[in-house]
Amino acid sequence: MDAAAEQKYNFDVVRWFTVMAVVYLVVGALVGVYIAAELAWPVLNFDSPYITFGRLRPLHTNAVIFAFGGCALMATSYYSVQRTCGVRLWSDKLAWFVFIGWNLIIVSAVVTLPLGLTSGKEYAELEWPIDLAIAVVWLAYSFNFIMTLATRKSSHIYVSNWFFLGMMVMITYLHVVNSLAIPVDLFRSYSVFSGVQDAMVQWWWGHNAVGFYLTAGFLGIMYYFVPKQAGRPVYSYRLSVIHFWALMFGYVWLGAHHLQYTALPDWTGSLGAAVSLAMIIPSWGGAVNGMMTLSGAWDKLRTDYVLRFMIMSLAFYAMSTFEGPVMSLKTVNALSHYTDWTVGHVHSGALGWVAMVAIGAIYHLMVRTFHTEMWSTKLINAHFWTATIGAVIYVVAMWVSGIMQGLMWRAYDEYGTLAYTFAESVEAMHPYYAMRAIGGAIFLLGAVMMLINVLMTVAKASSEGSLQQARTAAATA
Amino acid sequence: MANDNKSVSFQEKMEKNIWLLLIILAISLSVGGLVEIVPLFTMKNTMEHNAAPELLWQRQPGQTLHDHKPGDGMRPYTSLELAGRDIYLKEGCYTCHSQMVRPFRDEKERYGHYSLASESMYDHPFQWGSKRTGPDFARLGGKYSDDWHRKHLREPRSVVPESVMPNYPWLKDNLIEGKDMASRFEVMRLLGVPYTDEDIASANGELAGKTEEDAMVAYLQVLGTMATLDENKVYRQ
Repeated sequence: MDAAAEQKYNFDVVRWFTVMAVVYLVVGALVGVYIAAELAWPVLNFDSPYITFGRLRPLHTNAVIFAFGGCALMATSYYSVQRTCGVRLWSDKLAWFVFIGWNLIIVSAVVTLPLGLTSGKEYAELEWPIDLAIAVVWLAYSFNFIMTLATRKSSHIYVSNWFFLGMMVMITYLHVVNSLAIPVDLFRSYSVFSGVQDAMVQWWWGHNAVGFYLTAGFLGIMYYFVPKQAGRPVYSYRLSVIHFWALMFGYVWLGAHHLQYTALPDWTGSLGAAVSLAMIIPSWGGAVNGMMTLSGAWDKLRTDYVLRFMIMSLAFYAMSTFEGPVMSLKTVNALSHYTDWTVGHVHSGALGWVAMVAIGAIYHLMVRTFHTEMWSTKLINAHFWTATIGAVIYVVAMWVSGIMQGLMWRAYDEYGTLAYTFAESVEAMHPYYAMRAIGGAIFLLGAVMMLINVLMTVAKASSEGSLQQARTAAATA
Repeated sequence: MANDNKSVSFQEKMEKNIWLLLIILAISLSVGGLVEIVPLFTMKNTMEHNAAPELLWQRQPGQTLHDHKPGDGMRPYTSLELAGRDIYLKEGCYTCHSQMVRPFRDEKERYGHYSLASESMYDHPFQWGSKRTGPDFARLGGKYSDDWHRKHLREPRSVVPESVMPNYPWLKDNLIEGKDMASRFEVMRLLGVPYTDEDIASANGELAGKTEEDAMVAYLQVLGTMATLDENKVYRQ
């Protein structure tokens, strides 16, 4: 029990973000499994406008990215910035404003998206009043973080904080520019950009939401929580510096690779693909840096289930940061674009990397901030295996269906005419869509186990009085 | 990226000074976006109609949007079409359908001529999409009859047994709330879509008694039909 830390730092807001992240993981994954099942068995749309695939899919992406991802980032960044700077959060009030504001935004998304209130921009569907609220809360979150760094006791700013900072600046740029729109009324607005320019702005946003929110932010998590959990320093400082600056400068350019062979001018797509290829090097540098942090302590993987999540996440990170640049090559993209391969790639990053590293960090945080062991260690291990197996089934199903789709669309028969109708390609996808839904359901099962484990741990901390003790014990304890 | 190579001490300075780190970050992070996005607004060859003006409808004074014939060139959407497009956004059709034909032989045979940037110049926001769970729509207009579309929207599997699309039976029952169509036109005009005062004045009235299904069909039937594309012309290098 760390009474000194409990009393010095603001762990209250961290605890709330941590628990809410797990709740949203279950909700986001549940919606995901449901819409996956709708594609396999369309009868599940039940002729109801509110639960059709087209309206629930934006809810799924918003829930996992902004609700789960956001709460996980805010919990981990607010925890690690205090510990690495040796000071309490700059403002408790601002931190609570961020917690309440962010959750209200999530609630408003849950209400508006099924009602069909949308700006129609992929991964940025929320309408303009919510976009404004996101900007305000995001800036408050960043400002509190930056001011905490500015008042730090440590001489240097630790590497995890660089990554969180990079994310904050870039997401501000992206969100503001991509959301520029003129309102018609409270529930409708039109993007100021149109056609090809809108496409480029949209994918600059889209890919960098992945690059900065889901990569840089979660690398911030990796750089603090992997060394902490392993009890060893980061493998290479030099590698972190290279990893950081290459990612910050380079990742921004990648968005154009989503628009290969479209009406976007060729130079833009090629530039995006060229930089994408170059990004393999820093990405793998980062993955190696994380994994090698364990060198000499590999035996810990036998007993430490939390560490297993983190190492598995780095393996997925290495895999998807190799797959991504390959898919950005024009010849590969010609096949993969518009197919399920893209969906599989996103999920190997999202389930394998983002979710797993966050889950590891959340288990770490639960123990540190509730001052007690997890309710069930066995359940963590069971979660690890369900998450891994679920993610692998999902990704494999999408690889097969994606490549098959791409090949069927371009196949010619012996007479030189198209071999398949589009409908035939849809029919061929059915087994893989079913398999994907099953993989997702297994992943969801793991998330439910985690939620039970987390809630039982909260109850345990309360009945043991461990949290109360940490709050009141003499700080020297 | 060059920052860490110049001297170790500059990296060290940034690690000790949050404001310096923030400024350098803000600069590094802006470069890629500026280089890739700004030229798309300034370079003339981004939009094909700069070299091929016939892609745009040369509207004569006094003409309404209904005087436009298919193939006359790109024009703003009519009131009913824009209402349909807004329903297209509302229902999230872009999550499964693209509107961007790529310059490949198989796509040409399946969908038609590859898409041009000028063809979505009035699309706020763009709807190129990123996924084809269902087929591409860039050249859908005129391919099927209105009746086929209605049947298909109400019950897709009645005309395409393999389809996994949801049924949209409510579209035929919902009348369009078109009271604000004029304001939607005005916002579009503000954004550079050339609507005239007359277009705006008649916008609301044209929707009287129309259902969401009517609007959706009107939108789907105009896709890819506005401009005439020349098979033998190279629009994009």
